[in-house]
Amino acid sequence: MPVLLEMREISKVFPGVRALDRVDLSVEQGEIHAICGENGAGKSTLMKVLSGVYPQGSYDGEIRFDGEVLHLKGIRDSEARGIIIIHQELALVPLLSIAENLFLGNEVARGQVINWPETFQRTERLLAKVGLKDAPTTKVEKLGVGKQQLIEIAKALAKDVRLLILDEPTAALQENDSQKLLDLMLELKAQGVTQIIISHKLNEISRVADRITVIRDGATVSTLNRAEITEDRIIRDMVGRDMAHRYPDREPKIGEVLMEVRDWNVWHPDQAGRQVIKRAGFTVRKGEIVGIAGLMGTGRTELAMSLFGRSYGRNISGEVLIGGKPADTSTVARAIDAGLAYVTEDRKALGLVLEEPISRNITLANLAGVAMRGILDKRRETRVAESYRKQMSIRTPGVHQKAVNLSGGNQQKVVLSKWLFTDPQVLILDEPTRGIDVGAKFEIYNIMNQLAEMGKAVVMISSEMPELLGMCDRIYVMNEGRIVGELPRGKASQEAIMALILKDSGKAA
Amino acid sequence: MSDSGVSTGIGTDVRARLGGHLRENGMLLALVAIVVLFVVLCRTVPPQPIDFLSAQNITNLFLQNSYVIIMALGMLLVIVSGHIDLSVGSVAAFTGAVAAALTVKAGLPVWLVIPATLAVGGLIGAAQGYWVAFWRIPSFIVTLAGMLVFRGLTLWLLGGQNIGPFPKTFQGMANGFVPDLFGDLDQAALGLERLNGTAVLVVVAAAMVLIWLGLRARARDTEFGITPEPAGLFWARNIVVSAALVFVGWKLAQFRGLPNVLVILVILTVLYAFVTENTTAGRRIYATGGNEKAAKLSGIRTNRLVFWCFVNMGALAALAGMIVTARLNSATPKAGTGFELDVIAAVFIGGASMAGGSGKIVGVVVGALIMGVMNNGMSILGIGIDYQQVIKGLVLLAAVIFDVYNKNK
Repeated sequence: MPVLLEMREISKVFPGVRALDRVDLSVEQGEIHAICGENGAGKSTLMKVLSGVYPQGSYDGEIRFDGEVLHLKGIRDSEARGIIIIHQELALVPLLSIAENLFLGNEVARGQVINWPETFQRTERLLAKVGLKDAPTTKVEKLGVGKQQLIEIAKALAKDVRLLILDEPTAALQENDSQKLLDLMLELKAQGVTQIIISHKLNEISRVADRITVIRDGATVSTLNRAEITEDRIIRDMVGRDMAHRYPDREPKIGEVLMEVRDWNVWHPDQAGRQVIKRAGFTVRKGEIVGIAGLMGTGRTELAMSLFGRSYGRNISGEVLIGGKPADTSTVARAIDAGLAYVTEDRKALGLVLEEPISRNITLANLAGVAMRGILDKRRETRVAESYRKQMSIRTPGVHQKAVNLSGGNQQKVVLSKWLFTDPQVLILDEPTRGIDVGAKFEIYNIMNQLAEMGKAVVMISSEMPELLGMCDRIYVMNEGRIVGELPRGKASQEAIMALILKDSGKAA
Repeated sequence: MSDSGVSTGIGTDVRARLGGHLRENGMLLALVAIVVLFVVLCRTVPPQPIDFLSAQNITNLFLQNSYVIIMALGMLLVIVSGHIDLSVGSVAAFTGAVAAALTVKAGLPVWLVIPATLAVGGLIGAAQGYWVAFWRIPSFIVTLAGMLVFRGLTLWLLGGQNIGPFPKTFQGMANGFVPDLFGDLDQAALGLERLNGTAVLVVVAAAMVLIWLGLRARARDTEFGITPEPAGLFWARNIVVSAALVFVGWKLAQFRGLPNVLVILVILTVLYAFVTENTTAGRRIYATGGNEKAAKLSGIRTNRLVFWCFVNMGALAALAGMIVTARLNSATPKAGTGFELDVIAAVFIGGASMAGGSGKIVGVVVGALIMGVMNNGMSILGIGIDYQQVIKGLVLLAAVIFDVYNKNK
């Protein structure tokens, strides 16, 4: 196969940091090339160099595309050559239609006047290519994240793409949407579109990628061929050491029931008559890690948020018992007082005040813990934050750094610190390792085990089944707002979980 | 997600921190520069040289701008919480009219009128805050409506006429001075015709407290492992500020002493600085403006906080309204017109962010002083209201551009 893209000895220096240190990357015509690396390894920086976000002259090294040296001045230059990048944060305008989004900035027009019939025709053709049947006039906000991701790809196809770069395309997708997207990637490959995929999900990479380049600390570690690809090998190259176990060992010391939820019902906040949680009930014991499995959109987050101070839904009914006594969880403050903590799925939007320092984020849910009669003791606050920094090994030059400057894993540790400082009995962790690299995941798992060791009850919601299987003592399976089954550690497997879900869906249908 | 995470973070933060110092010092420097500019212009431009820093003009400066500063303190809280209040000018006018009606028409004593008017202001704030906080109606719209409603109610209450005059005690709020505790003693001793010993003593004490607080904050920064700003910069700033304080005090002492308004102003500024930086309530307001959802999920009752920010704003607008009315010695239908713009401009010049979550009381006071000095200086120079507005607008724009530029750099 001829080489389509050749990046040679790319170095990029930010003030005080060498983000890329002579990275080499070579992508062959027609292949799917995966780039792996921990957060902060330099993957996104490399892609920004390739797409012209960092223009020629702001980095060292050479980019050859189709044998020709590229001098990119900006994104427009790279797009003109057919190098198109789809970012993790989707760049669609929610209130515009699919057709309008597909040709945004690239309108089918005569002069300044848009040719709608042709726009719609082309839109339909593009939608067919990515396997969508929605009307071109549908507003993008009406589509789920999975479909929006496909629209992004269709948008790239509208521009005669030669090299398609997908930055963590499945991060926000549920299992079956992810599968669809991966299928589409393979189909595009068959049509000759060269692709680069950046992903944390090793099973996906090993499914679609022809070759993998692993980057660590801003330098290329290895490029592996299909035959050499194994998850263990990738992980070893990514973190620079062998990871004997992906999940830390734990000797469970399980005590009496700490929290019990009975007959929990929640209705949708806006759509009248739609019941989101139906008669859900579960228990968690002291020192136990309990998982909640289920497909996305099945109501796991809604269950957690409605339990935590009724932060979601309306007409909530049911009973929460903590330590055998009915607990008042009707507002967030009361839920915290009752010993509940909830680590949100979306730490940037819901978990952190990004522009505030780490220390202020850590004390936010328990300001009384660092104040006397409403007056803050900033010394005490700093001491508290410092002790969590050490305990959680939050990697930062100081607790007065803004939270926004931390990597995903360290941000998650800040959120966990915040909740530990409220001294909870029960922690509900919603996708605690989403968007976090392998090394940091392991640290989060360790923290979870320590919490269980301390006698806390931990509820873990996750879309990654291997993670649930590796961490949990017991797993509840949710489907369409109901808890449809419970699997103890010994009996839990991906097949068993899926079987419960499918059986329930079959009943409903 | 896979950006060069922590490491670039350090770089940006160092810059951000320097930027922060740059911002605060920059504003102060701008204030000094503007004062110097007007001193020079007032000396050279008019046919008869005018002393911009005369005791009388300094007194005037505070009397004229006190209400902008007072309202800016409340506006900072509103803006930090992520909202805005466009109604403050109209509310000040309306509450001024209420005070006039109660004092002049109903003949109520001053000690009753002042708390009653503050309560009216608080109620107005509550009425607007209710819709903003609990019904989630955009504050821009609620307070735009309030701006019209209370201007209208002012006209209605005053019947299109001025109400006055006020008893001396009420006027004293705006035009009175703190009596000199030392009487004539010091004047004889120092051989000056008139010198208010209290004023001198107070400013010297204030300067010393300020330096002491600064040193303490520095010591704490070092203890926390925050790199403090360079010592040279710290002392340069403190010497300039202290010298300015003592100079102002000296000048005031030679005129009529400390204006009552200035005392109110200083007490409020210290109080609000303390509340915003050292109390849980203040912290929660910043968190609410910074990320309301995260604050809510941390157990903070963000709606109530926003509501109380508006109540507070209403009460401060009422205080400002009374001071304006006392100063003019009559309530007029046109009072407070355009105040909201000066107040909001002062807050943004002072470094608050439109998005909420950031801004400091000290910055706001400096911002308000910049606006005030420009108003006063341009009026002395006889610059027309047309040019004045153009210049003030450009200064606001420049200050915010400076901010954004610093952040992006």
